[in-house]
Amino acid sequence: MTVLSPPPAVRPPMAGAIGQSVRDSFIIAKSGLIRVKRAPGMILFLLIQPTIFIVMFTFVFAGSVNIGGTTDRAGFREFNVVGIMAQTVIFSVIATAAGIADDMRKGLVDRFRSLPMARGAVLTGRTLSDAVALALTLVVLGCVGAAVGWRFHEGIPKMLAGFALMFLLGYAFTWVGALTGLAARSPETASSAPMLWLLPASFISNAFVDPTRMSTPVRYMAEWNPFSATVQAARTLFGNPGTGARDAWPMQHPIGASLIYSIVIIVVFRTLAVRKYRRTATS
Amino acid sequence: MPEAIHAEGLVKHFGDVRAVDGVDLDVPQGTVLGLLGPNGAGKSTTVRILTTLLTPDAGHATVLGADVVKDPDTVRRSLGMAGQFAAVDEFLTGRENLQLIGRLYQLRKRDAVARAEELLSLFDLTDAADRTAKTYSGGMRRRLDLAAAMLMKPAVMVLDEPTSGLDPTSRRVLWDVIRAMVADGTTLLLTTQYLEEADQLADSICVIDHGRVLAYGTSDELKARVGNERVELVLPEGEDLTGAGLVMASEGQGDVSIEEQARKLIVPVSDGARSLGGIIRRLDELGVPFDDIALRRPTLDDVFIALTGRSAETDEATEDVRVKESVK
Repeated sequence: MTVLSPPPAVRPPMAGAIGQSVRDSFIIAKSGLIRVKRAPGMILFLLIQPTIFIVMFTFVFAGSVNIGGTTDRAGFREFNVVGIMAQTVIFSVIATAAGIADDMRKGLVDRFRSLPMARGAVLTGRTLSDAVALALTLVVLGCVGAAVGWRFHEGIPKMLAGFALMFLLGYAFTWVGALTGLAARSPETASSAPMLWLLPASFISNAFVDPTRMSTPVRYMAEWNPFSATVQAARTLFGNPGTGARDAWPMQHPIGASLIYSIVIIVVFRTLAVRKYRRTATS
Repeated sequence: MPEAIHAEGLVKHFGDVRAVDGVDLDVPQGTVLGLLGPNGAGKSTTVRILTTLLTPDAGHATVLGADVVKDPDTVRRSLGMAGQFAAVDEFLTGRENLQLIGRLYQLRKRDAVARAEELLSLFDLTDAADRTAKTYSGGMRRRLDLAAAMLMKPAVMVLDEPTSGLDPTSRRVLWDVIRAMVADGTTLLLTTQYLEEADQLADSICVIDHGRVLAYGTSDELKARVGNERVELVLPEGEDLTGAGLVMASEGQGDVSIEEQARKLIVPVSDGARSLGGIIRRLDELGVPFDDIALRRPTLDDVFIALTGRSAETDEATEDVRVKESVK
């Protein structure tokens, strides 16, 4: 073995910590995208369940579910597709949590933590590449939905805004996933434990049935559920039915509520996750 | 010139377990310290404190004079580390892995690319450079991991069980890589549960168990603590043991122990090979025939048993504590 030459000079420090943080985050995100490209199974995994749900719900439940006082089949299809797209978006928790728990187990997180790099960059990078996967998932689900009869009625800009709000909620939930992945003892726990709250959170909402027909306490929970705000906002922007519940503030102002909820989730969980990342002892 | 690594009174609890219980360490620059102990002895925890991954509950440690708690960034810049698990991204190729680490060390892109090429050829991974790390053998992953740890040519390297779980051939290849690093001036702290590895690579050895340092010294010093060298003589069947016993008593130091059944005589000696030569000459002069004669040195295993009451390598050598926990 010959001798290793002296190390190359490092770049001069970028303007402030934020510059370095952005750069390091993008470097990690790029490696995450290579991972998405080489292991597309993750996206398929994210897509299988909602695709089945969209097709199944559309053909089984259409005609039996009362939305805003009518059991119109076409109305239910539009109602249902948005609910399932939004549910898929918050399930992004699982992919991020499992990915980060796996990095921890393999010692990759330790390697990154021993490098002189920006603090939050590993987590920011991973959530960004997972967000790209999430965006692809939304595009595919939009197409599946269109195939079974989902339509938007308020023009393309509002349609895009609706998807943007769902995407933002999904990105917020990747940060919940980052914290979950750091706290979990194994990738298996990281991918199964979130189900315990994801299922109630997505069903006690306006995603699948009209909350106006729920009992009062459940209806209250459903209408204040952060997830419901995004569903309501997307339906409003798409011009889809089922936006009748108007008692709670988030249901009256769904777009603002959706933005506020998503931003609060990002700020809170990013802070917690980055703190945990800095402190975590893996042994 | 500060010590490359200096630790004083390190303590770390996990719940009720004192994983590290007052460890002192010194690694002078340019030397290799082997941290030897069985699984769960506190080796990895000590290493994780020194590499800034864990904060100690008590005590302090410095790497090239920089405090691991107060000044972790300075420590990280002068330290390379490779953990028990080859920390490579399986979905990236060998080349992409090294470029990624180089970029995160804040190298310019073209420098990171050039550095990756240099390391790939140095660690004999050029042919596999464009395959994803998933397809690598255990030994190749360790080499890639070492290459990543060496990227900035750190003055101090910390290797946590660098060869655990590898087959003997890959282990020897890795030892050569490590020796070359040391020859090039790198200070090395190495944990291992393989006595041979410590004997082969380390200048001094620190035996650790239950989070405490039990002994510290060169391999020879540690062996000398267990006992002297001894000469073992085996006579042919039917031969009288008395004459040979007298020879050994006069040349050796202390009592001759005799195993009648095996016709074996053992005596501690003070002067190693010279004493052995003396005994052989006297036996020849007296015409005493013998089947076998040898100078036996205590092994590190003898040291370990003497210090801890158990053998270092009897524990599951490659058992992964973290994986075990996650299975529960």
